[in-house]
Order: sequence, then C-alpha cells, then structure tokens
Amino acid sequence: MWYFVAPEIVFGKGALQALDELVGQRGLVITDARLVELGLVDRVTSRLARAGLEVRVFDQVRPDPTVELVQRGVVMAQEFEPDWIVGLGGGSPMDAAKAIWVLYERPDLEAAEINPLVELRLRQKARLITIPTTSGTGAEVTWAIVLTDAGEGRKMGLGNRENVADLAVVDPLMAAGMPPVLTADTGMDALVHAVEGYTCTWHTDLTDGLCVKAARDIFRYLPRAVQEGNDMEARERMHNAATGAGLGFGNAWASLAHAMGHALGAAFHVSHGRAVGILLPYTIEFAACESPGRFAELADRLGLEAGSGEGGCRELAERIRELARQIGSPTNVAEAGIDLEACEARLEKMVDDAFNDSQILTAPRSPTYDELAQLFRCAFEGRDVDF
Amino acid sequence: MTLRLASDAWIKELSRRLNESNSYERAAKDWEGDFLFVVEPDEEFDDTAYLYLGLHHGKSPSAALVNSEDERETEFVIRAPYGTWREVIEGELDPIQGIMTRRLRLSGNMMKVMRYPKAAQEIVACCAEVPTDWS
Repeated sequence: MWYFVAPEIVFGKGALQALDELVGQRGLVITDARLVELGLVDRVTSRLARAGLEVRVFDQVRPDPTVELVQRGVVMAQEFEPDWIVGLGGGSPMDAAKAIWVLYERPDLEAAEINPLVELRLRQKARLITIPTTSGTGAEVTWAIVLTDAGEGRKMGLGNRENVADLAVVDPLMAAGMPPVLTADTGMDALVHAVEGYTCTWHTDLTDGLCVKAARDIFRYLPRAVQEGNDMEARERMHNAATGAGLGFGNAWASLAHAMGHALGAAFHVSHGRAVGILLPYTIEFAACESPGRFAELADRLGLEAGSGEGGCRELAERIRELARQIGSPTNVAEAGIDLEACEARLEKMVDDAFNDSQILTAPRSPTYDELAQLFRCAFEGRDVDF
Repeated sequence: MTLRLASDAWIKELSRRLNESNSYERAAKDWEGDFLFVVEPDEEFDDTAYLYLGLHHGKSPSAALVNSEDERETEFVIRAPYGTWREVIEGELDPIQGIMTRRLRLSGNMMKVMRYPKAAQEIVACCAEVPTDWS
C-alpha cells in the first residue's frame, strides 16, 4: 500500500497565463529578493492583479529557510488573510511557502509538527500555487518541506501529503534566465531525483516511468541548457524533466546520495544540487558490488549499452560523471573547492547526520558506519568505490 | 528453539540482541523513549499482546510481556495486527513506510522516530534474527 500525490499541473511555454483565471480576493507571493530584482515576481503579480486579486509579496526567503523566517511569513499571512499563497522560486521559496501556508491555516501547530501522520485539514483559508524558477528541485509537485533549525544547525525533513500544492505552474520561460552554474547544479539535482526515485527500495510502478523519462531527457538536454541558455527546447525539456522527476521521487523516496548530500551540504554549505550530484556516482558504485540490479536496469532503459549487473551499474556511474564534466560540475568534493582536512575533521558528524536522515532508509545496499565513512572519503578524493 | 512473538521470551531475546549490537548502540546513542508494541488479533492470532521494550542511550535496559497498556507508561505505542507485525519482522514491510501509511499505528512523536531511521532499521534487523515460531 502506498500513495501517489500530485497537484494540478499547467506546463509549457505560456503556462503562467493560467494565473489570469484565478478566482479569489488576496494573493500572497512567497519569494526571494533576487527574483524581485530580476522581474520574475512582477510577471506573477501582474497576472494575479489581472485576475482581480489584491497582492502582497513576502520576499525575505533565503537559501535553507529557517523556522524563524517561516514564522515571519506566517505573521504577514495572518495580517493579510490571503486566499491564495504562491510559492515562487527554487526549492527554498516553495518549501517556505508550503510551511507558511500550513501554519497560517493551523496556528496551533509548530513547524516541527508538520509530519505525515497529523491531520492538517488545510484549504479552509487558502490554497497553494507553486511556480518554479529553476529546473531541478521538483518542490512544485512534492509534499516535502525542508526547513533549517538554526538552533541545532540541522535540516528538518517535514511535510504531509495534504500540503502538496493545488496548482503547479511549470512555465519554462520562468527558468530561461538561469545562469550556467545554476542550470548545471539544479539539473544535477533533477537527475539525482530521477535516479534515486527509480532505484530506491520504495520505488513503485507509478513512479518508475516518470523517473526513466526524466533521466533520459536530462542526459540529452542538460548540456544544451547549460551551454546555450537561449535554447528554449532544452530549457522546456529540462523544466518538464525536473517536474517529472519530482513526481517520481516525491511519490517514492530519495536515497543514499540525498542522505549524504544533506550532511555534506550542512557541513560546508554546498548547494543541494551540487552536493547530491557529486555523491550520486559513488553511491551507485557502492551498490554495484551487492545490489546492482535496479541501477543496471536503469542504464539499460536509458540506452547506455551498459550491460547487466555490476558492469551496468558502474557504467551508469561513469556516464553521470561524464555528464558532470560536460557541464562543468565537480565530480568529487575536492574539485568543489572544499579542503580535504576540513572534510576529515567533520567526517564523523557527517556520517552520523547521514544515518539520521530518513532518506538513508531506502538505499538498495545499506552501509555500515565504516562503509559510509569510506564512501565519504572516496567522494572527497575522487577515488573509485571498490568495496 | 523458536519463540512465539507474543511471549515474554521473545521480547527479552530481542532486548538481549539489541544490547549485543554495536550498530544499534551507535545509531541510538542519544535515544530516550520506551516502546509498547501492541499485537492485535487477526485471523492468525486471536488474542491481544503487549510487548514492552525499554530503550535508553543505545541499550535496552528492560523488556517484558505485560498484561495491559496501562501496566508500563511508555513514550511510544505502536499497534498493528499480528500479520502486519509478521510482515515487518520478515522484512516485507518497512516500519517507517508502515507508520506513514498507518498500517502500523503510532502514538507518540513521529518526528522523533524519523530522526533515528538507522536505529529503527537496526531494531528490525535484530527482530529478524530472533527465531520466531509463526505456527
């Protein structure tokens, strides 16, 4: 028994015009100041105004949003009383919007209480729209919320199936201006979602196809989107692939690269997409020795002519590294500019953090403490995983 | 010798195996919170059993079959029919997935449990090692 949860999705060039038809009184846009400067927020607020909504903008979201930031957004929501909340941006603004929405509806809850078992009874005051401006996070279609507890210095994985958006507007024109590095990092995030959604032990018949299609399109279109930002075919395929991968992994689970990536990101403030993109091939090689099946199957479905079993699994890892090199992304932690001595000094905490991350539950091969420490070391230095 | 799931010997054997597990000790080194596992009747089992498992800082200081839910106060209670417990112990149902789908009904702070996924895995691994009589 499992669930498949998704919002209504409007996608393709011009999808933003769906906002013209909204029916409501007040819209609160949750975003960041950079998107205001770039004019992307205006594109949304003008359409909300055209639909007759009074609009307010909360533009204080920063990367890795904290509980305290969410509480500030909730205060604005309580004052303004919107009937639509719009999460606009990458994963951080969309996750913040989900949390602000939940706590606006349920002021009796703490952020840390947003979990899959609580009955939220949302949609009494407002509904949620998500509009991604990057092609990677998938947060527009997932119910997961990642917030940072600044006191403990750790990320909290929250969320409930009820807090999935009502409407996701997936318009590639909103992501067309991404610079190459952001395109590369977020694109690798989408690839990791697709690969882990397919290979995790919680994968399902309903998510496999989404993950394969997304992975295939990312291999094909990510280099073009990075190298030629005006290539709108590549931009559109990447935008759709990110949403497809979001539906895939969001209704299965992520896995070891995410557990390790969260730990690496928290230790060194590496962007999420970059961290998981570096780590994915190492986790695939780790699976190669004992549990290569799903990875080799994916390689076959991607047409990599990779063979079966361990060989296919290792070929998939190598192809992902080739893609990373092609788009100028690092293939190990040292290449990301992180000092190896600092890595070693924080290794024990990173291992513990990874083991305390729920994404580790679904690894096809579950590591021991020593194996996970070794795996991190391989990723630090770019060594092959042969254990 | 195999042990019936709904028995004092079974839960004490699980406790003993947890105390021997280095992996569990590390994964649960900060954990504080006792569990009561309620085995509910179904077509394979016609009684209700209450298995108390004390857990503290990577060790299991005590365990017992108790007579009712009120006999020991615990921070967490998990209820499920006998057949569902069997699926968990035999590795067919991930306990976290079982909790998320409410096939295992958890009373207590779920987010606290979700912060110790490795410990949950190690408990299930130890459960699987207990020679269990399913007849």
